[in-house]
Amino acid sequence: MKPRAFDYARPETLAEALDLLGEFGDAARVVAGGQSLTAMLNLRLLEPSLLIDIARLRELDFIRVEKGFLEVGAAVTQDRLLAWPGLGAHVPLLAQALPWVGHFQTRNRGTVCGSLAHADPSSELPLSLAALGGEVVLRSARGSRTLPAGEFQRGLLTTARAPDELIVAARFPVGATRTAFREIARRHGDFAIVAVAAVVVPGGVRLAAGGVADRPGVVVVNDLAPAAVAERLNGFAWELGGSDDIHATARYRRDLVRSLGARVIEEALACAA
Amino acid sequence: MRRINRDEQALIKLTLNGTPVAARAEPRLLFSDFLRHQLGATGTHVGCEHGVCGCCTVMVDGVATRSCLMLAVQAEGREVRTVEALAGPELELNDLQRAFRENHALQCGFCTPGILMSFTDYLARENADVSAEAVRDVLGGHICRCTGYQGIVDAIVETAKGSMTP
Ligand code: FES
Ligand code: FES
Repeated sequence: MKPRAFDYARPETLAEALDLLGEFGDAARVVAGGQSLTAMLNLRLLEPSLLIDIARLRELDFIRVEKGFLEVGAAVTQDRLLAWPGLGAHVPLLAQALPWVGHFQTRNRGTVCGSLAHADPSSELPLSLAALGGEVVLRSARGSRTLPAGEFQRGLLTTARAPDELIVAARFPVGATRTAFREIARRHGDFAIVAVAAVVVPGGVRLAAGGVADRPGVVVVNDLAPAAVAERLNGFAWELGGSDDIHATARYRRDLVRSLGARVIEEALACAA
Repeated sequence: MRRINRDEQALIKLTLNGTPVAARAEPRLLFSDFLRHQLGATGTHVGCEHGVCGCCTVMVDGVATRSCLMLAVQAEGREVRTVEALAGPELELNDLQRAFRENHALQCGFCTPGILMSFTDYLARENADVSAEAVRDVLGGHICRCTGYQGIVDAIVETAKGSMTP
């Protein structure tokens, strides 16, 4: 299928991009890697009147560690972050989760921030951001603000981004070295039926689950005795809700939250401190 | 700023298999269609047009990319390689292509150009894991309705081994 017609703009600077967004707002769409967006354009699920291409903006092309965060600019592809030598040492959860994002061929072009912007409830990057307690940096001609993961993603394909705002970077806290990730999908690279990530935090383990509710769910498990973990996970699985669809039943999803959840908690705790 | 109106046929220049080329495209034209219809490079196939089947895969600036998830305007100024680049000047098959033929890694051949381009990128990467398991993982980005995949895996693993022996 072919997209409906739209105008195309490739600004040279971030300021130009923000001016365009300020002018066109909701009628415009931002494209970086386009690995989700172009498919939606092709299927005519989206019909923007203007496409703003930020893929070549130098100002958004950075991976840096600053003030306790790994900051990833909006032009950075998933493959580039995965290949970044410091990833395993700084944010091991991303090194564990990124190979599960799409396929080799889509990671080559798909961006980290683009995946957060798309806000698919089953995708791995929003899940990782939630599990780590990361943040999203938004810019507009009006100014800049930083939102925690839980406030940024509002629901199915929905975020708190205002129409004139651009996601300029994602910030992942560094230092969480005891982490684990697991996912069940029909085929590696397909959308997750359920994905879970565990991060050891002071006094317990923070667990996030994707693929069940309309956004990643997060729970902190403090009592790590096996029976207490099972009980907490059962409560969490029911809280997430979830429904039957062509991929799996809600009951199977709850089962996965319980079993994969217990596994990743165990695996995260087994990591050397 | 590069700005193109929806009904404007902009001149898009890029390098295709080492040769500078130029053709016109409106913003909504997919790169896959641009390659096939504007540039006549019909070796690149189109299946699903939403990023699922992988048969439109080409290399853009050295990395394998689905050309149906890219617009022609986004390829402006890029270095593009398609399956047409693989064979030698006398149309002799390269190692990967020959391995595909010898291992029955294709029947109808519809999926083949995309798979060849994915692995032209993958096998050229430093420290690429060429175990059958890792190859299957990369192959997961492609759909083949004919072969059952085993021949494809064999061909790729064989090529990787061959290129590693001096
Ligand atoms: S045609 Fe591009 S992935 Fe199917
Ligand atoms: S050879 Fe026919 S689809 Fe793969």
